[in-house]
Amino acid sequence: MNLIELQAIYKTYHVGEIDVPVLKGISLSVDQGEFVALMGASGSGKSTLMNILGCLDRPTSGRYFFEGREISTLSADDRALLRNHKIGFVFQNFNLLPRTTVLENVILPLTYTNEPITDREAKHRAMELIKRVGLADRAHHEPSQLSGGQQQRVAIARALINRPSLLLADEPTGNLDSHTSQEVLAMFEQLNHEKGITIILVTHDPNVARHAKRIIYISDGVIGNSDFRPSDSGRVAI
Amino acid sequence: MKFFRVLRTIRTALKALRRNPLRASLTALGIIIGVAAVIVMMEIGRGSSVTIQRTIANMGANNLLVMSGTAASGGVTFGAGTVMTLTPEDAAAILKECPAVRSAAPIVRARTQVIYENKNWVPVFIYGTTPDYLIVREWTTMAQGEMFTESDVRNANKVCVIGQTLVRELFNGQSPVGKEVRVKNISFKVVGVLSSKGANMMGMDQDDILLAPWTTIKYRVTGSSATTANQSASTSGSSEVNTLNNLYPNTTLSLYPEKSATQQADTPLPVRFTNIDQILASAKSFQEIPLAIRQITQLLRERHRLQTHEPDDFNIRDMTEMSKTLSSTSSLMTNLLLSVALISLIVGGVGIMNIMLVSVTERTREIGLRMAIGARGRDILRQFLVEAVVMCLTGGAIGILLGQGISKLITFMLRWPTETSLAAIISSVLVSASVGIIFGFYPAWKASRLDPIEALRYE
Repeated sequence: MNLIELQAIYKTYHVGEIDVPVLKGISLSVDQGEFVALMGASGSGKSTLMNILGCLDRPTSGRYFFEGREISTLSADDRALLRNHKIGFVFQNFNLLPRTTVLENVILPLTYTNEPITDREAKHRAMELIKRVGLADRAHHEPSQLSGGQQQRVAIARALINRPSLLLADEPTGNLDSHTSQEVLAMFEQLNHEKGITIILVTHDPNVARHAKRIIYISDGVIGNSDFRPSDSGRVAI
Repeated sequence: MKFFRVLRTIRTALKALRRNPLRASLTALGIIIGVAAVIVMMEIGRGSSVTIQRTIANMGANNLLVMSGTAASGGVTFGAGTVMTLTPEDAAAILKECPAVRSAAPIVRARTQVIYENKNWVPVFIYGTTPDYLIVREWTTMAQGEMFTESDVRNANKVCVIGQTLVRELFNGQSPVGKEVRVKNISFKVVGVLSSKGANMMGMDQDDILLAPWTTIKYRVTGSSATTANQSASTSGSSEVNTLNNLYPNTTLSLYPEKSATQQADTPLPVRFTNIDQILASAKSFQEIPLAIRQITQLLRERHRLQTHEPDDFNIRDMTEMSKTLSSTSSLMTNLLLSVALISLIVGGVGIMNIMLVSVTERTREIGLRMAIGARGRDILRQFLVEAVVMCLTGGAIGILLGQGISKLITFMLRWPTETSLAAIISSVLVSASVGIIFGFYPAWKASRLDPIEALRYE
């Protein structure tokens, strides 16, 4: 089943009097359980596409189906609810709340859920995830006491707390050294492999994109050629 | 489910405040100072307002004077107080049956000479009354001695209490207690001296007074209904030394042949009942004066058996001028304090708004993140609003305690009267909450309108 189905998505920004077209008719579909890398040079429109995929933004025209549901017409509140329940975000600069413990950071998305979840359940679920990302002994530390890799793992735990069907990672290794990048990417692969979570990873780094099962190139607002399973064949798509 | 969300939002707001305790407490300081100032002002204001009210009440602002109506004969009226309709029982009934009346005392007036040794003086007021008179006038503190008692009134004892002016004029500063003064050749033992009260609103010396049981004045001194005429003229004893006796004879000519004892016995004057000149009553409070007037009017009409078409045979006077002064004084006071309160709270509110705006800018990334992970605009709005209101309410609570402490300290150190005002406490809680909502709303609204994409990218 298609988790994501984009049909002729256009996005145009209005800068003063001038219209700047950023996405010029993008159609693509992502299946459940896929691990996709979105690649493109800066200014190619990959961030805009990512925002639309993450329901943070609405396309100017075109249709976007998420789990078979048309969502380009949803209201802002409904999109917020969808983001909360179905999509987990991992950002380049982690975006953890300062002066807040790891545990509380991980629980954060549950603040906005509609599920009637008790404090104890929330804490339990968060601790499970913290354990899974290997930070059980750091649960009560604050982000400033953690390394970059550890912070990103906290962010991944936070993204997973609502058991989303899609994990959107925007340059998740951009601020990490190569060693920790490998750790984080390994975690993504593991999540995708073991839990079957669909992952869309935005990057401009081919070494990172290689970890994905499929690479989608974007240039100048349209999709270039898609490359399946680069890691299997060992090729690096340029 | 909605309830869960609201609860969690409130907790989020509290957590956010705890993350920056110094800033939160400094912001709340504006409100703390504002509310504390309001509380202190209100308490001092109420304290002095109560004192002013007591002072004005001391001047007789809540007193009611009941006078008998006018007598008329052949179309000629004789003015207020000429018909003999008020009785001492009326005074007792007013006290007992009018709930708005705090105390009432009958008054029998006389105007005559008071003599002590070789000095004499005509006091402005010679009042025959009951001990309740002092309660009506709020004059219960005595300079020396004691007030005469109810049993003195029942027995028509020849005792009196005198005001400071009489002490000065007759006793030359000596203690008069236990001495005897003569009023129309009747000896009155002085049992007490009133404290000084000064002039009344009309400028009349209120200390120029002699109070005695009304029975004594009525039966032993005046013998008839009092008039304001100087009754000393009929006292004997001065004609022998008056050298102008021939020019100004002070013996009255008798125009009719004097009645013999038999004749007097045969034609008794129709004595109907004991009448008194006035009843002085005080209302329970300043606000209850109109009610007291209505109750007294109804009661006296019943007691005097007046038909509905008949006019009142008495007049009731209140001190309207003083009442107006009193109410304008206290409303001026209240308005003054209200404006001070408003200014300080607005300053505090602007402080809150300022900090909240800075906070929204500073936490743009956080807001963006919260929106990305599913917070709706209204969740963000609620969070920032709750933060502002919590700061205001906490500040308000601390401000109330601080204000109370300061006003206690002021009472203790400066001996200023203060009075705890529940209304001030409740209103400052309400006002600080609404300041939080009003001044917290704009920053919160601004935060809720942020675009999550822009906010996440904000550096």
